Amino acid sequence: MLSTLLLFPLLGFLVNGLLGRRLPKVAVSSIGCASVFISFATAFYLLIDFLQSPEGWREITVTLFQWIPLLGVDVSLKLDSLSLLLVLVVTGVGFLIHLYSAHYMGDDPSLARYFSYLNLFTFAMLLLVLANNLLFLFIGWEGVGLCSYLLIGFWFEDAEKAQAGKKAFLVNRIGDLAFLIALFLIFTTFGTLNISSLKISEVSPDQLQTLTLITLLLFIGACGKSAQIPLYVWLPDAMAGPTPVSALIHAATMVTAGIYMVARLHFWYLLTPFSMTVVATVGIVTALFSASMAFFQNDIKKVLAYSTISQLGTMFLAVGIGAFSAGIFHLITHAFFKALLFLAAGSVIHALHGEQDIQKMGNLKSKLPLTHIVFLFGVLAIIGIPPFSGFFSKDEILWFAFNKNPLFWILGLLGALMTTFYMVRLFALVFYGFAQKENKEHLHEAPPLMALSLILLALLSLGGGLIGVPHSLYAFFNMYNFLEHFLNPVFVSQLEVTHGGLNEYSLMIITVVLTIATALWTFLTFHKYQEWAEHLRIKCSKIHTLLSNKYYIDEFYTWAFVLPVKKGSEVLLKFLDKGTIDGSLHGLGKVATLSGTGLKFLQNGNIQSYALGLVIGTLGILLYIWSTLA
Amino acid sequence: MSFENHLLTLLIFLPLCGALLLCFLPKSLESKFQSLALLFSLLEFILSLFLLRTFDSSSHLLQFAQKVLWIPSLGISFFVGIDGMSLWLILLTTFLTPLVIFSSTVGQHIKGYMACFLILETAMIGTFVSLDLFLFYIFWELMLVPMYFIIGIWGNQNRIYATLKFFIYTLAGGVCMLLAILFLVVLHYDQFGTFSTSLLDMYSLDIPFHPQALLFLAFALAFLIKIPSIPFHTWLPDAHVEAPTGGSVILAGVLLKMGIYGFLRFAIPLFPNALHFFTPFLVTLALAGVIYGAFLALAQKDLKKLVAYSSISHMGLILLGLLVLNSHGLSGSVFQMLSHGLSTGALFLMVGMIYDRRHTKEIALLGGLTKVMPVFSVFFLIITLASIALPSTNGFIGEFLILIGAFEKNPLYAILGGTSVVLGAYYMLWMIQRVLFGPIQHEENKVLQDLSWKEIATLIPIVIFIFWMGLYPKPFFQKMEKSLDYLAAHYERYDLGIYEKKQ
Repeated sequence: MLSTLLLFPLLGFLVNGLLGRRLPKVAVSSIGCASVFISFATAFYLLIDFLQSPEGWREITVTLFQWIPLLGVDVSLKLDSLSLLLVLVVTGVGFLIHLYSAHYMGDDPSLARYFSYLNLFTFAMLLLVLANNLLFLFIGWEGVGLCSYLLIGFWFEDAEKAQAGKKAFLVNRIGDLAFLIALFLIFTTFGTLNISSLKISEVSPDQLQTLTLITLLLFIGACGKSAQIPLYVWLPDAMAGPTPVSALIHAATMVTAGIYMVARLHFWYLLTPFSMTVVATVGIVTALFSASMAFFQNDIKKVLAYSTISQLGTMFLAVGIGAFSAGIFHLITHAFFKALLFLAAGSVIHALHGEQDIQKMGNLKSKLPLTHIVFLFGVLAIIGIPPFSGFFSKDEILWFAFNKNPLFWILGLLGALMTTFYMVRLFALVFYGFAQKENKEHLHEAPPLMALSLILLALLSLGGGLIGVPHSLYAFFNMYNFLEHFLNPVFVSQLEVTHGGLNEYSLMIITVVLTIATALWTFLTFHKYQEWAEHLRIKCSKIHTLLSNKYYIDEFYTWAFVLPVKKGSEVLLKFLDKGTIDGSLHGLGKVATLSGTGLKFLQNGNIQSYALGLVIGTLGILLYIWSTLA
Repeated sequence: MSFENHLLTLLIFLPLCGALLLCFLPKSLESKFQSLALLFSLLEFILSLFLLRTFDSSSHLLQFAQKVLWIPSLGISFFVGIDGMSLWLILLTTFLTPLVIFSSTVGQHIKGYMACFLILETAMIGTFVSLDLFLFYIFWELMLVPMYFIIGIWGNQNRIYATLKFFIYTLAGGVCMLLAILFLVVLHYDQFGTFSTSLLDMYSLDIPFHPQALLFLAFALAFLIKIPSIPFHTWLPDAHVEAPTGGSVILAGVLLKMGIYGFLRFAIPLFPNALHFFTPFLVTLALAGVIYGAFLALAQKDLKKLVAYSSISHMGLILLGLLVLNSHGLSGSVFQMLSHGLSTGALFLMVGMIYDRRHTKEIALLGGLTKVMPVFSVFFLIITLASIALPSTNGFIGEFLILIGAFEKNPLYAILGGTSVVLGAYYMLWMIQRVLFGPIQHEENKVLQDLSWKEIATLIPIVIFIFWMGLYPKPFFQKMEKSLDYLAAHYERYDLGIYEKKQ
């Protein structure tokens, strides 16, 4: 059953990859979509199966074969409630995005290549989620990175896009190096890389220091994959890929792998409070930092990209304070609404024939009514207006944060308000405001397939929160917190908080009121009273420049790391390799040639001089013998 | 029984017979030369498969041994045998040679070219199976001769400089080794009163530290030059750039491994005390090579030079795995020799395919090739990914084992060696970007033909092995395990016996 999950995306990849160029386009996209759908159906069946069986039975482990017997590494899969949820998101949201792609990419001559990559990605992501061994997980980990590389540079003829793909892969590799070192440490400390065995293996007090190092190194790996400070720089550039790819890989699934990994290994993070603090701090700092960078971006996809980084930061905050199921909850709702936002943005871009600059958009509300509505759903969900899904997950994280440390709550709230600002700005500038001349004609609303996925995702963004209704609102919705209940067997212990107190309600109300106020103010600023926006820009021109240039971090990295490596390699080649090493070799060669020429006079064919040499030599030997005797 | 005993001898001399046969054929049969050479190399491959099948992986002892006295007065014999360390290297040799012969596109002096490769195969197999120091030395130097001609006759413009550099450099190392061998023979005579050049006899020598250190250095120099380790590496890029495709494939695929094999079979078990003393220096060389090779690969403008420097980096890592002398490091090292042989061999094949079409290896003159050569691009990408150790390819298994072995010895080794994970990806993906991606900027590139069926047929076996070894490496480890574990555990008092088949 578990292998079926993996098998079909793999088959889809192989068929489309090997034969796709000869198949008609309909067949290519049908194979691509169907393979993911079968996986989704299987996962759904497993979900029902899980729900019907008692809690202790909700785990399936399959060992397929020995991979590296030397290290005791098996190819083994494990399905529990956590991985099942992730599988459902990957295949479910993934399927909708595949469906959307069938039309969005329909005119591309390399459709088969596109779908084969997409299926390969699904396969690798499922591998990552299902792996029961850290080294095996690493196949999926790097596999999704590879697919991301291939898909960012999908339109390889554009040098800039190819560059962005390479950047993503390299930055990820830096994180992966830390991940690898963590694996070495784990193996030398515990002697296994099997997650189930690690979970039950005893950690002695003197191993805690090593464990802290391990969890920190793993977190660096997570920072690469999930685009956190300081390794986030690849994600905004990754928007060079086709928009559905951004939705699937760079928003809904792959970038959440880091959070998944931390949650999967939560039993270690719980033992190492220092690492937890680091995770939470990096998370919240990244959330604020990248939200500020999203403020004045003018590329519709870049705004969403920075927003993704920010939301991932929020999830890390959640897992960092020990609220694992809240983090996973936000991961799921985020997958819904961020995929929706990206696909809706794709629909706008599609309608405008590839335009991504929001300054050239405006007043698209009437032209693209459906896109407008679903985008609105997405915005409401991400800024957390009840009863949209984002409200529930964000609120739960904030409540946990408040219990851990009120400072986290304040920063988290600040992040939420910042999110509200840039999202509403984006929404207002794209769908309201003044229409630009050039895009008045040839506008077309999303065709049926695209519309279908948009609508389904919009519904999920609206209703998805119901799987995790907080205890405090239990009475209101008459539903218990399904998600926390479902994840209960996985997360042995979590941050304990009391639910339903007065505090919780008041915090909830504060958040919602402030969010609505910010949203209204922003909407008015960028819609009705554009002179406010102009005024704002002039008043804070320095900050504006700093933010729209993303704090010059990319420039700094180039100056500090990329250039020295490049220049250094050229200098080494010129002075050490060619100059010193080859130089001294050629020097040796010259000495040999010169001494050859120099000693040539000895062999002059003159008998007398040979005889002279003979006499001198004999005399010399005699002299030596005499001196030793004496 | 008797057939198995002669199997190695047959393996050694079959290609040589092929070469001799080629030499006596008239020129009128020129069109058949390549097929005939291919036939011989395929027969050789089948023979080696038989070797693989009958090899008993439960023993670390020397199998298929055969000993025939040759020069009795000096104790020199024709003594061959294999164990888990050499088995796969033989297979690698017999696998790559037919591929090289099959894919050859050399137009002139075909007879000589084919004969050279067959003689080279004889020499390579001979080197891997010799258990007599004198015999080993002969095969070791014999390898130089065909390679010298392959580069010198069928090479590019600057071939004479390159082939001379290659020849003199390797010969210098070889001569040091010969002196050391003579010293060992004398030492054996001093201690046991008889002349012998048998390696097994040498294992039982008791060598005081000072001569041991000198002897070790002499052997190590020969091997380090061959690997090549920095600072003895500069012959390699030149040789690769000038060599014809087939020469590069064999050079990178097999010849470089001789250095590592030399350490495994000779330098480590013969001189363990000296090894202990020099290990820090050698590890420094290995790690410096990993990083230095990667840096220099970044700076290259020529495709073949880039791959050559990447080889230096990879070989540094393999040397590191060897020096940590634990079972993970050693297995990783031997496994990585096979992976590197396949993936770098394939990279050189593919650079050759570009060269055949475009007549340049200048990276700046390429670009955007995916547009015109999609099939080529897929293969090139797969092989590059194997070379940067993407998990699920063979490169990952070897690299991971080497690094974990190094980590067990000293975490710093693994961290420094691990930089190749990032740097390797950097230079390789940058190469991919400049060769395959971007717009086509040169008119000549717009009309390039995609791979022919013949070229695809050459690459497919390699790709199969890349994934096979990456996904199910168990059978590969099984055969080498015993020998490597034995070496790791007993290298300080090494003693190999001859395997007796259980009835």
